[in-house]
Amino acid sequence: MASPLLEIRDLKVSFRTEDGIVRAVDGVSCSLYEGETLGIVGESGSGKSVTMMSVMRLITDPNAQFEGEVIYKGTNLMNLSQDQIRSIRGAGIGMIFQDPMTSLNPVYKVGWQIEEQIREHEHVSRQAARDRAVELLTAVGIPNARERVDAYPHQFSGGMRQRVMIAMAVSCNPDVLIADEPTTALDVTIQAQILALIKKLRQDFGTAVVLITHDMGVVADMADRIAVMYAGRIIEQGTQRDLFYDPQHPYTWGLLGSIARLDRPRPRRLAAIPGLPPSLMRLPVGCAFGERCAHRFERCSELPLLLDRSGTSHLDACHLSPQQKKDLRDRTIHPELVEERP
Amino acid sequence: MLTFIVRRTLWTAVVMFVITVLVFIIFFKTPGVDPARAIAGRNPSPQVLAEIRAQLGLNRPLYVQYGVMMKKIFITRDLVSYSNQGTKVVQEIFAAAPATLSLVFGAALIWIVMAIVMGVAAARLRGRIYDPILMVIALIGVSAPVFWVGQVINLITQGSLHSNVFRWLPPLGYTSFTTSPVLWFEGLIFPWITLSILYIGFYARVLRANLLEIQNEDYIRTARAKGLSERRVLVRHTLRTSMITFVSLFGLDFGALVGGGAILTEVVFGIHGVGFLTYESLTNLDLPTIIAVVIYGAFFIVLANALVDIGYAWIDPRVRPT
Repeated sequence: MASPLLEIRDLKVSFRTEDGIVRAVDGVSCSLYEGETLGIVGESGSGKSVTMMSVMRLITDPNAQFEGEVIYKGTNLMNLSQDQIRSIRGAGIGMIFQDPMTSLNPVYKVGWQIEEQIREHEHVSRQAARDRAVELLTAVGIPNARERVDAYPHQFSGGMRQRVMIAMAVSCNPDVLIADEPTTALDVTIQAQILALIKKLRQDFGTAVVLITHDMGVVADMADRIAVMYAGRIIEQGTQRDLFYDPQHPYTWGLLGSIARLDRPRPRRLAAIPGLPPSLMRLPVGCAFGERCAHRFERCSELPLLLDRSGTSHLDACHLSPQQKKDLRDRTIHPELVEERP
Repeated sequence: MLTFIVRRTLWTAVVMFVITVLVFIIFFKTPGVDPARAIAGRNPSPQVLAEIRAQLGLNRPLYVQYGVMMKKIFITRDLVSYSNQGTKVVQEIFAAAPATLSLVFGAALIWIVMAIVMGVAAARLRGRIYDPILMVIALIGVSAPVFWVGQVINLITQGSLHSNVFRWLPPLGYTSFTTSPVLWFEGLIFPWITLSILYIGFYARVLRANLLEIQNEDYIRTARAKGLSERRVLVRHTLRTSMITFVSLFGLDFGALVGGGAILTEVVFGIHGVGFLTYESLTNLDLPTIIAVVIYGAFFIVLANALVDIGYAWIDPRVRPT
């Protein structure tokens, strides 16, 4: 494979708080290759947003501490000055956020906000920037873009605002688009439209996408490769096929088991993972998932590393042997099927 | 827009009517207030008192007196003061207004600039020692009473240091701009500073809190993600949005000050503006002047309110009628 477009190497982010140090991201490494979509899945507080915000150096909290490297096209973003990172934000790496209702400045016209970004990175005339804004709005499916370019954000619906955000994020033809839960705040039909739009843009412009989500359905639909995060670490990483058909980590089994599936008999109740994620201030020794894991054994008090344990590019961080995993997996994901057997 | 203006005008009329009626009633119901007795001098005979009453129309029913007074203010414009029979009240206010306007405009300019500088500095320097220092200075400014600050400044500039550092300073009072721009400016420097101190402190604190709140908004993160410079994020996004609060506060304070609210500053510095006039009319219990000043003040406050609403729609597109 060619060298990755964006590579995160052993990224650690911690926040100093009154109660102690919170390790939000604890040694994350992953790569994004040209044109692919990487899905990052995890529940709230697992560190997925903090990871990508750190890549963009968008965390302004003075109590945050960073370690590790983020290599984008051969440059370590963590070492850049504010002015240098600015030339990458918006131009090389675009970003869209969770809540389109609050992500646009309410006092400026949407066209102006797109033009502002274009003119920040490229020396073009106002008129040229404006024409581009209209083109972009048309491309993301805003009807009457020539008139709507002069509308204010509050005159758009949530889905339309997210389209504007996407138009803005891709306005300078970035190589990487980071989408931080882009559909979480939208209703399901709009969600499907926005995802289809991101797919289309990826095809048309060849942009690589990092899709952060807590929705397994979204990554199943969108991602080429998936990384599952838990308590600040990646605990499993592989292709979409690997993750859905051959999941290795008990946490991933839990996630998959909790999905209501239409192609299987209806369970009496959806399986849930018992317990709560650990506090990031007092992580347990060893595997962070250990306390909630039904298959815990002695070795789990030792921190499992994210390794290739099956001889493919499929990585996971669980001490169980591949054979044990295979045996235990079906029982965890579909317990009702097992129970119903005579 | 037309309905807005009509509605506002009607509203102004209602406000003025209610205020003048209130002032009128309070005046006549206050025990010990008798303009006739004040004019007649010591130990007047009952005949003299009755004569003065008849002359001033004080023996007629209250509502007639009220009507006559309003007519004399708005139509014939020849209402005369009780305490000084030679002065026409309406003209007096028009003569006093330039002094007040000069004072308030200058002070407003200083306080806007200084409040923005201090508020932005404190917000940017948050987490360092300068932020609390600036905010304590602002709090002192809010707490220091104008009459005290003014007197201390007068003591220094007109007293102890007048013979050397402040030799250029003219004596207390107001010189109109048309008479001498230099004297106008010199005479107003310290009144401007005195009047603006309170507002600098207050506005700096409000702005700082507002900036810190807006800094956490999602659209500020978006602005950074677009690759804008910190300076541009601050000026075009954070500060621009915080102006929504700033402008609405400013309009009301400014209107109240132009309407005679700078009374303490005007008295301390001997500036014969509308505030000074208010002060004099209150000490003399001079009803015609009080009523006229109140109408003038109410007019400016309502006008300021209307301007704030227009300005508000101008800076915040969300409240514009569509």
